[in-house]
This record gives sequence, C-alpha cells and structure tokens, in this order.
Amino acid sequence: MSIRCTGEGRTLQAALSGEVDHHRARALMEELDQLIDSTAPRSLTLDLSEVTFMDSSGIAVVLRAWRRVGELGGELRLTRVPAQAGKVLRAAGLERFLTLEE
Amino acid sequence: MKQQPGNEVLLRFLSRSANEGFARTAAACFAAQLDPTLEEINDIKTAVSEAVTNCIVHAYPQCLGPVQMRLRLFEDRTVEIVVKDAGVGIEDVERARTPLFTTGSEERSGMGFTIMESFMDQVKVRSRPGKGTTVVMRRKLSSRVTAPV
Repeated sequence: MSIRCTGEGRTLQAALSGEVDHHRARALMEELDQLIDSTAPRSLTLDLSEVTFMDSSGIAVVLRAWRRVGELGGELRLTRVPAQAGKVLRAAGLERFLTLEE
Repeated sequence: MKQQPGNEVLLRFLSRSANEGFARTAAACFAAQLDPTLEEINDIKTAVSEAVTNCIVHAYPQCLGPVQMRLRLFEDRTVEIVVKDAGVGIEDVERARTPLFTTGSEERSGMGFTIMESFMDQVKVRSRPGKGTTVVMRRKLSSRVTAPV
C-alpha cells in the first residue's frame, strides 16, 4: 500500500506520498477505489504533505476520488497541499469545488 | 541573428512510463545551471512531465517508441525544451489543446496541454498524422544576481 490510512468509522484520512504521475496513477486510483468502496466514508481527507511531485495525472486521481466519494454521499477534502501540487490542481480549477488546504 | 544556446543536451529514451520521472529530473538538473527558483524548477518539471507523458500515452499507444528531448539554455536565461516523437501524430492540434479534451485512458485528465501552457511562457505544437509530434516549450527565468551558463 502506498496510501496510509487512519481514522475511525466513516471519517477517514489518507496520506499519499511520493510522485503522483501517469506512471503511478493507475495503482493509486485502484487503492483509493478500494478504500472508498470498502469504507463508504462520510468524510475523506487526502493528506498530500508527502507528495513530492504531481502532474495532470494527479488531477485525474483526485477527481476520480472526489466523484466516487460524492456518489456514496460523502465529502472529499484535500489537506497539507504542497505548493507544486497546489499549482497544478489550481491550474485545473479544482479549487472551485474542492477545498485545498495548505 | 538567431540567438545561439549557451549550453545544450540531447536525450533519447524509450516511451516507457518509468522514463517520465527520468525526463523531468534530467530537465530540472540541466536547467539548474541557470540557478532558477524552486518554483521555476518545479514548473519546468511539471511541463516536461506532461509533454513526455503525452508521447507515452498518445504517440505510441500500442508499442514502445523513441522519445527525444532536447534542452537548451540561452544567455538571456531562456530554457527551451523540445520533446519529439515519431508516433501516430495528432489529427487536430487545436482540439488536443482544449482543456479537458482527452483520448487517453482514465489516468489522463485532458489537462496536459493546459498545464504546459500555464507553466511555460510559450508552447508550440507541430504534428503530422502518422509522422509524429514535436512540442517546443520556452520559459524565461527570472533574473538572479549571478547567472552562470
């Protein structure tokens, strides 16, 4: 698992780490799908503080998780977003519907 | 007269996704000679990652093929990055540059060209179906007290 998950009940925090690019995106999506489907979180907070690089594949990873959590009635938040990842996510306009906490 | 580069490097690698990280790190290392800011280095890494990933996902969808990356540094602190493939090419370049447009798999968001355009000063795309695609990106770095090339 490259995603570290903590929390209780249906309030979860998941920490992503390393480089989030096309090379790793599919594996990350599958891990997040599994986490979301097995827990149906009311609130899922993705901690990006250990993400060392993100490109537009990361946008796809975040959007997919956001959609999946939303479909199950939950809310997705992003926290401790590093400057580089934040710039990529903002360039895609994600801050319009997602909270990006630094 | 056309400006001559102060330094230049040419890399050729296979369109394996493991090379996305190699290409952006190589570009960052080379551009570091101009003493860029951390934000500038990150912008270059991000734009290179997008251009190279496009080659891997779109240019050679069914096979591996060669990707060439040429990096040039100019006296006026411009970094030029040329990413070239000999893959399938793009039918409609303007459409490919539209935000959220993608013909790729689900790991692609359709934001690759948008990111390149946001993070670089200039992005030019030349493509011929069946012949390949060349992406030329330029970014002028902010001035520093010392600027060795």
